[in-house]
Amino acid sequence: MSAARPAFAPSPAARTLIGVVLVAFFAIPIVSMLLYTLRDVDGGTTLANWAALADPANAGRYRPIWTGLGNSLVLALVTVAIVLVLLAPTMVLVHLRFPKLRRPFEFLALLPITIPAIVLVVGLAPVYLVIGRTFGTGIWTLAFAYGVTVLPFAYRAIQASIDAVDLATLAEAARSLGASWFQVLWRVLAPNLRPGLVAASLISVAVVLGEYTIASLLGRQNLQTALVVVGKQDPYASVILSLCSLAFAFLLLVVIGRAGARRSRPAPRTSRKARP
Amino acid sequence: MTDSALIATVDNAVLAARGAGTPVAFEGVVKEYGATRVLHGVDLAIEPGEFVSLLGPSGCGKTTALRVLAGLERADGGVVRIGGADVSAVPTNRRDLGMVFQAYSLFPHLDVAANTAFGLRMRKVPKADAAARVAGALELVGLGHLAGRFPHELSGGQQQRVALARALVTEPRVLLLDEPLSALDAKVRVSLRDEIRRIQLRLGITTVFVTHDQEEALAVSDRIAVMNAGRIDQIGTPEELYLRPATAHVAEFVGLSSIVPATIAGGRAEVLGMSLPAIGDHPDGPAEVFVRPENVRLGGPIIAVVQESTFLGSLRRTLLRTEGGGLLRMQHPVGERVEFGERVGVSIDDVPVAVRGVG
Repeated sequence: MSAARPAFAPSPAARTLIGVVLVAFFAIPIVSMLLYTLRDVDGGTTLANWAALADPANAGRYRPIWTGLGNSLVLALVTVAIVLVLLAPTMVLVHLRFPKLRRPFEFLALLPITIPAIVLVVGLAPVYLVIGRTFGTGIWTLAFAYGVTVLPFAYRAIQASIDAVDLATLAEAARSLGASWFQVLWRVLAPNLRPGLVAASLISVAVVLGEYTIASLLGRQNLQTALVVVGKQDPYASVILSLCSLAFAFLLLVVIGRAGARRSRPAPRTSRKARP
Repeated sequence: MTDSALIATVDNAVLAARGAGTPVAFEGVVKEYGATRVLHGVDLAIEPGEFVSLLGPSGCGKTTALRVLAGLERADGGVVRIGGADVSAVPTNRRDLGMVFQAYSLFPHLDVAANTAFGLRMRKVPKADAAARVAGALELVGLGHLAGRFPHELSGGQQQRVALARALVTEPRVLLLDEPLSALDAKVRVSLRDEIRRIQLRLGITTVFVTHDQEEALAVSDRIAVMNAGRIDQIGTPEELYLRPATAHVAEFVGLSSIVPATIAGGRAEVLGMSLPAIGDHPDGPAEVFVRPENVRLGGPIIAVVQESTFLGSLRRTLLRTEGGGLLRMQHPVGERVEFGERVGVSIDDVPVAVRGVG
């Protein structure tokens, strides 16, 4: 019955239309890519372009892709580590001990979203001269820059979890029961901030796997720069690999999401009122 | 008695570990938040095994005092001693405390048993030993059957019981209760309050209980420290506070009183034509006195008109307007009925009354 529907909900027909438009919006480019890779020079359908990818004769041409993929995975890992080991504890510390710093910290954390990557690189180039001298030119050092670019997204995700839990009381209860600060963080706060930490990790991985500008302008090789390089010589391979990288990112996010929700968590408390 | 029968049947690791209790002392404790001083040199000596309540209106500093004792706030002056030793430099997790908070503080990601075991885990107690002690502590608060539940599956009263078990299972030297009952509804509040007292007496653990509810404090405490604006007004047994309040604030805050204009002359208060002994030294002249409703009775020289009369089950409380226009509360047996608007004569018993200066 339509009476059961809230007044603001769209009608079934409108809902279907919205669904179709959305699916089309995302599906048309992907399906087009797929069809393009299956096309023969004379208009027929062939799997030759996909088979060429596995041909040992072409291994040298596609090598940048595998290097780039490896680099991007390392970068994703280091960036997530920066988010979990540096950003999350800092946010908890600000929340519990320095509540007055929360506003300035939030402003600082959201700032990178307003700065285009290309502008960021102008500032990062001289910084990376110093980093290169201190830490070497290993690809992982690029994660410092990525740590900055994912900051706004990771911050929002973690802050949402912090706001949903009474961190101060939980921390004080744990302290009174004999927990050190590290134990408070690891045994009490981290498990309760889990949804936010997982979301922040997911977003960080997604951002890092899709990053092109900074890597390219700083002369580093990651998945996206490699795809561009290969694409210039072999458009078919480039599109096939783009499809694969999309599928790969999707799979990776699903796996991380599953791992994050592995334990059956009790429903979050939405209210602290007493139930008799 | 059912209570003693219950006590006799409850036997477990927690009870077996009953200690002699630990003394606690505040010596000139000062706490400031920026320019605001919230504790003005608090002195309080708590005997081993004693149940002391910090009672006062919100903002009087009682919770701050408790948090200083817990080490959750740092004192800006003075000394806090637990077991005779100055603990000012000892962090909270090394003070060997059990604490129950006003807000529900169970860890949402752990079930009841794991919550209760948390303190033992932090102390690296062997698992088998811990399991037995957890079972004992949960039995003590009557929740042994809910060990597998998660906090969100419990009622407020049950959550606070688990919090109590969690605080007691490590056999702490001091139990700190920060308004643990204020989020609960009235009936649960009374039963849990009595249960806390029963367990405390059983374990002989030194306990500091913060509350703004004077009835709660009177019901369970060995002694009560009434606080006002960062100072302790009076420390005494519930009877002392009720019968001989040291200050007007204590008289007003503890128990129910009517505030009646009076004249002080030679240590006695002239109230509505009656002469009553005054508590403390006061200069002669106009003042106000606190008259308890149970000290006002029907029959006497004070003429008053009944404003309202409330049936309270075992007794009746009547609000009277005296001829001078002042209000006077009277508590009397249910059998003595008075009607609205009726003119009655009442008298005030010849017991000491607390005095407040006017102007």
